[in-house]
Amino acid sequence: MLARLLNGDRRALARLLTRIENQDTDAVAMLTALYAYTGRAHLIGVTGAPGTGKSTLVSALTRALRERGRTVALLAVDPSSPFTGGAVLGDRVRMRDLAGDSGVFIRSMASRGGLGGLARTTRDMARALDAAGFDFVLIETVGAGQSEIEIARLAQTVLVVEVPGLGDDVQAIKAGILEIADVLVVNKADRPGAENTVRALRTMLELGHAAARERLRADFTVEDRVENTVLSDWMPPIVQTVASEGRGIGAVIEALDAHRAYLRSNGHWEQIERRQLELELLHRLRDGLLERLLDQLSMGEIGAVIDQVQSRAIDPYTAVSRMLAETTMMIDQSHSER
Amino acid sequence: MTRPIRVLIAKPGLDGHDRGAKIIARALRDAGMEVIYTGLRQTPEMIAEAALQEDVDVVGLSILSGAHMALVPRVREALAAQGLDNVPLILGGIIPEADHAPLRELGAAGIFGPGARTEEIAAFIRQLVNVKPTLEDV
Ligand SMILES: Nc1nc2c(ncn2[C@@H]2O[C@H](COP(=O)(O)OP(=O)(O)OP(=O)(O)O)[C@@H](O)[C@H]2O)c(=O)[nH]1
Ligand SMILES: [Mg+2]
Repeated sequence: MLARLLNGDRRALARLLTRIENQDTDAVAMLTALYAYTGRAHLIGVTGAPGTGKSTLVSALTRALRERGRTVALLAVDPSSPFTGGAVLGDRVRMRDLAGDSGVFIRSMASRGGLGGLARTTRDMARALDAAGFDFVLIETVGAGQSEIEIARLAQTVLVVEVPGLGDDVQAIKAGILEIADVLVVNKADRPGAENTVRALRTMLELGHAAARERLRADFTVEDRVENTVLSDWMPPIVQTVASEGRGIGAVIEALDAHRAYLRSNGHWEQIERRQLELELLHRLRDGLLERLLDQLSMGEIGAVIDQVQSRAIDPYTAVSRMLAETTMMIDQSHSER
Repeated sequence: MTRPIRVLIAKPGLDGHDRGAKIIARALRDAGMEVIYTGLRQTPEMIAEAALQEDVDVVGLSILSGAHMALVPRVREALAAQGLDNVPLILGGIIPEADHAPLRELGAAGIFGPGARTEEIAAFIRQLVNVKPTLEDV
C-alpha cells in the first residue's frame, strides 16, 4: 500500500483517504508507515463565508500553480447535515477545468460529526496527500465557525477570502477571521466597492497588528503564532481577484510564496510545525489516557457514584478525585503486572 | 459507527438542465448519504476520474438528452479504464421502457424515471452497496 502511494497510484491514495476518513482500524498503521514521507508540502487553508468564490479561486490558483510546474492536491470540506448526517459536496462544480491532469488530485469531504474529530481527520488526510508527493495541499473550508480556525491551524498559510459589499462597515467582517489570515483576498473585485473593502480590511489589520505587536513585544513565544496567529512583522497582504476570470491570481501566488519565504527565512516554519506537533501529541495523550481511565470504570460504578452525589452523600469534587486516585492506581497495577 | 455511503451524481452530455440531478442529490443527502455533485457537461473521463478520486460507492448519471444508449457504455469503459469495474452505475432521467433491458446489459444496475420516488432510489443504493464487496482490498 505504502509503495503504491509513494509511486503515485491514485487509486491507492483514494482508498487510503477513505480509510482515514472512516477512522478504520488499519488507517493508523498506514499513517504510521507514511509519516516519514511527510513534511514537504506547503499546506494552505482557504476559508471565507459561503459563496465568496473559494472553490473558483482554488481552481484558478491550481491552474496557475500547474503552469509553474507544481503539483496540487485539494481537500474541499463542506458541512454535513446535523439531522441526517448526509451532505451535498458541490465544490467540484467549480473545478471542472482541472479534469484530466495527473498533477492534480481533488477530494471532497463532509465535516461529519465533531470539531476535534474533523480537524484530526483533515490533518491525517493532508498527511496522506503530502506523502503522496503533492507540492501544495489546499484545504477549502466554509468560514462558519470554530472548525475553520481549527483546520486553519493545520496549515502553514491561511488565505481568507472576502468579497466587496462591506463598504466601510468594519463590523461586517467576522470576528476572529482576520486574526488567522496570512493572506487576504478580496474576490469578486469586478463588483462595486472592492476598493472600500480593501481599505476597511487594511484599517482593521493595522489596528489589530499594532495591538498584537504590543503583546508580542512583552511576551514573544511561538505559541502566539498558533494561538493568535498574528505574528511579529508579517503584515498580511491584501490581493484583489476576479477568480471567475483568472484575474489577480499571479499576485495571490506571489503572496503565498512571500509568506512561505518569510516563514522559512526566520525559522518560523519549523517553530509552527513544532507547536502543531506539540498540540497533536497532547491531544492524543489526553484521548489515550481518557480511554484507559474509562476502561477501568464500569458504567455501574459511575452510576453508583452519581447516586451518591445526587443524594448529597458526597460532593462532585471529592467524588472525582477519589475515582481518579482509584483508577490511576489500577492503571499502575495493570502496568507492573505486564 | 456505520460510514455514510458516498455517491457521485454527474450530468453527462450537452443538455443544460441539472434541476433533476440536484433534486436527487438533496434527496440522497436527506437519506444520510454523502453526495459529490459534479455539475453539467461531464465527459465520461471526467466522471470516472471523479469517481476514482472521491472513492465513491455508486455513480449516478442524470441523462435527459436521449443519448443514454451511447453514454452508458462510454462511462462504463471510462470507469473500467480507472480500474473501477466494480462501481455500480445507476441512471435517472427520461429513458424509454424499451431501452431498460439493453441498458442493463450495458452495465446499468438501476434505472429510475422521473416518477421514481426518492426513497425508492435511496433504498436501492443501500442494497447495492451492501451486496457489493465495497471493502475488498486493492
Ligand atoms: N462576479 C464574480 N463572481 C464570482 C467570482 N468568483 C466566483 N464567482 C461566482 O460566485 C459563485 C460562488 O462561487 P464558489 O467558487 O462556488 O464559491 P465558494 O466560496 O466556494 O462557495 P461555497 O463552497 O458554497 O461556500 C459562483 O457563481 C461563481 O461563479 C468573481 O471573481 N466575480
Ligand atoms: Mg466551495
